[in-house]
Parts: sequence; structure tokens; C-alpha cells
Amino acid sequence: MESAEVGNPVEVDNLSKAFGKQKVLDGVNLHVASGETLAVLGRSGTGKSVLLKLLIGLQKPDSGRVSIHGKDIATLDVPRLNELRLSIGFLFQQAALYDSLSVEDNVAFPLRRHSSDPLEKQQQKVRGLLESVGMQDHGHKMPSEISGGMQKRVGLARALVLDPDILLFDEPTAGLDPITAAEIDDLMVELREKRKLTAIVVTHDIRGARTFAHRLVLLRDGKIVAEGSFADLQKNDDRFVQQFVGSLS
Amino acid sequence: MEIAAGNVGRKTAGGRQGAAWRTAAGFFDWFGEIAAFCGRLVRSAVRPPYEWRELLRQCDRIGSLSLPLVALAGAATGVVLSLETRDSLSRFGAKTMLPAVIVFSILKESGPIITGLVVSGRVGAGIGAELGSMKVTEQIDAMEASGVDPFRYLVATRVLACILMLPLLTLAADFCGILLGWVANNLQEPISIRYFFQSGFRNVDFSDFLPSTFKTAVYGLIIGAIACFEGMRTKGGTEGVGRSTTHSVVLASLFVILADVLLVRLILAFWN
Repeated sequence: MESAEVGNPVEVDNLSKAFGKQKVLDGVNLHVASGETLAVLGRSGTGKSVLLKLLIGLQKPDSGRVSIHGKDIATLDVPRLNELRLSIGFLFQQAALYDSLSVEDNVAFPLRRHSSDPLEKQQQKVRGLLESVGMQDHGHKMPSEISGGMQKRVGLARALVLDPDILLFDEPTAGLDPITAAEIDDLMVELREKRKLTAIVVTHDIRGARTFAHRLVLLRDGKIVAEGSFADLQKNDDRFVQQFVGSLS
Repeated sequence: MEIAAGNVGRKTAGGRQGAAWRTAAGFFDWFGEIAAFCGRLVRSAVRPPYEWRELLRQCDRIGSLSLPLVALAGAATGVVLSLETRDSLSRFGAKTMLPAVIVFSILKESGPIITGLVVSGRVGAGIGAELGSMKVTEQIDAMEASGVDPFRYLVATRVLACILMLPLLTLAADFCGILLGWVANNLQEPISIRYFFQSGFRNVDFSDFLPSTFKTAVYGLIIGAIACFEGMRTKGGTEGVGRSTTHSVVLASLFVILADVLLVRLILAFWN
């Protein structure tokens, strides 16, 4: 088992984080294999989003270690960390599109700063990505002119623009109607199949997680209380796990 | 009863002392944090790649959008100065000195400080609110997550644009102030513009004009750094954005005035 974990693109060892007296993560251990999609489930406020921000170095852990592609991110200086971040795409909970830029410019923003491709080729790539998320006709619009679901799609296109091999999703379907949520879930499955990306999806949507995730972990009080496939979780006797998984039975 | 009253008195005094300590600690914390912020700002600003396009955009936003307000404030200062000074000088029989008094006071002090205060209100509030909103909606996190240094893209460009634009805006305020000073003077007692300017600028040399104009670059640094600092550390949703905006304006205005006192002393010591 230990040897199988060597070379995992994402490794988390004994990770803890507290805000004041509130401990949101308490000794979390995780690994995600290449090409695997892991869903992190838990009630609101259990530190799921904090876990993602720790993975990409937006926050610092109180203790423990995060390793991406074998590199301990705590040991990296800002330029090296930024370099590592190019291999990670992040879809934020509210999409976090830049208000002052159009949809097309939002997607192009990371590309303009990190790609040496000619402008025409960059634009071609941006349009292709917008098309792949069904937003090709909205490139000129500002983020305030499109719906929440559309913003998530644009956020997804932006997360993919640098061809990352790890994707982090923070509540990709939160606040969306069931139809739009299902469309986003389908997009994630499509991504998984086509690009073979390693993904960590933070969600409390068990229905969606069942669709797109290979493996699920359930967080409670900052600790992982259950781990495995959806079928494994269904067999778990823990009342909390059953409350989560049972909602689909 | 007396013992209880004594305890209350001691507790109140202790409470006041504790509050004073917290205020003092908060004050030093703020200076420590802004010093660290400026250190990171300098490191990000000097390290390539440079964000020229964003710098130009910020220069345009800070410069051209502040221009009407600064020009208006400068013009109003010129008018008020002309009306007030005219009355005072008439009492001492020194009315012919009016053009020189207007030109000197606008070039040396009124123009720069009015520009500094107007820009700290308009631009300070704008930067504080913009960066604050970006912070609470995770846009700054998104930028960092995509490998772009927000200090280089957002902070360095805004601070540099403030430094570059303040002297230019001061020139506009000076020009409008002197011109409207003449207009106000002319309405009371006709005087040719040529005579007004000749008389006003007769004894002005570069040492009167350059230091007081370029000291506003320091105001620009203060306004940009404080507004970006307050914006970047915004917490707590829309209420937090409101707080950052208020802090940006109040602190930037306060430090511009304090810097003015210090800079005037330095200019007098080194240039005269």
C-alpha cells in the first residue's frame, strides 16, 4: 500500500488547521492517484474548502504536509509555488471571475501571463474551451451579465486553460438548480474521461459525487470518518455516514 | 459598599488600561503589517515580468478620471484665495501683490495638498473598495491560484500609477487654480491675463515649483500603499469592504497631511 502511494500527484499527511479556537482540520491524511477523481464530502463548515486552499498554498497549515507531484509546497518560495500552481486548475465556489474582464478575457487571463504562444493561437484555445463548456456565444459578455451556472462554466474553462493535470473543484454545483447542476456533473465526467485528470471535488452533493467520483471521503469535525467507493460508504454502519449516503437510497 | 465601589473603580481603571494597551498594540501591529506589505510590494514590483498594460490602464483610470475633480477643486481654491486675499491685501495697501500671492500659495501649498486630499478620497476609496470586493469574492485567490502574483498585478501597478499621476494632477490643479484666481480677480477689478501672469510669476523659480510638485509623488505612494493594504486585508463580506474603504480614505488623508508637514520642513531645509 505504501509503495503504491509513492508518485501520487496529491499527498496529504497529518494536516491540521485551526482558526482561533476552532479546529477545522485535525490530522487529515489523503492521497489521490493519477487520473482519480476524489470527492470530499461533509457538512457545511467542516473545512472542505480550507482543505483545497491548503492544497494550492493559498493558506498555510498549522501542522502536517501537503505534497503535489512529490514537492512539499511549504518548502517552495513564491516563484516556485506559482510555477507548481500552473499544473493545478481551481474552480472556486462562486466561480471568482474577474469583474472587470469579459468572459473571454477571464479565460485568457492565465494564458496571457504564462503562455508564449502567439495571440491568435491563444484566442483559438480560449474559444475552443468556451465552446467545450457551451459558452461560445457569451465571450464578449461581462461576468455580471451571465447566470451563476454560466459563471461556473466559465470558471471551469479558466481552470482548464493552462492544461493542468490536477483539478480542484470547490462546491461546483452549490446554489445551482438541479438541471444546471446535472449539466456541470456531466461536464466533470466528460473531463474525467477525455483528459484523464486527477481531481478533488469538495461537495455536499452526494448525488453528484456518485456520478463523477471514483472514491469518496467523508469529513466530520475535521477528521476523515469514512473512505471508499459509494458502495463502500453504503455498507458503512456509522449513523453519520448513513445520514449522508442514505439520502439517495 | 465602599469595598465594592473600590473594586469597581479598580476594574474600570484596569479596563481602561487594557483598552489603551490594545489600542497601542493595534497601532504598532498596523505599522508592522504595512511595512511587511510594502516590502513584498517592492519585491514584486522590481521582479520581472512587468505588468505594463495594467500599469497604463491604472494610470488612465487614476489620472483621467480624477482630472475633472482635481481641476474643479483647484479652480475653487483659486477663486476663494483670490477673493479672500484681495480683501486682506487691500487693508494693507498691497493689492498689487495679489497675483504673486495667488501663484505662490497655489504652487507651493494649496495645489499639492488639495490634489493629495481629493485623490486620497476618490482613488483611495476606489482602490480600497475594488480590492476589498475582489478579496471577499475570492478573485484575488483565483489570481494567485493561476500562478499570477496579485502583488505584482494589482498592488504594484496601482501604487506606481498613483506615484506617477499625482504630480501631473497637481499641475492641472495649479493651472486651474491660477487661471480661476485671475478670473475671480478680473470680475472684481479688470486686469489683463498677461499682466496677471507676468506679475504673478515674476519671482517664481524652479525651486518654488519643482519640490512642491514632486512631493505629491510621496502622497501618491501613501495613497496607493494604504488603499491597497486595506483592500488586500479585507475580511467579512460587504461590511468588511465598507470598513476597508473608510479606512483607506481616512488613513490616506491623515497620512497625506502628516507627510505634508514633514515634507514642507524638509523642502525648506534643503531647497532654501
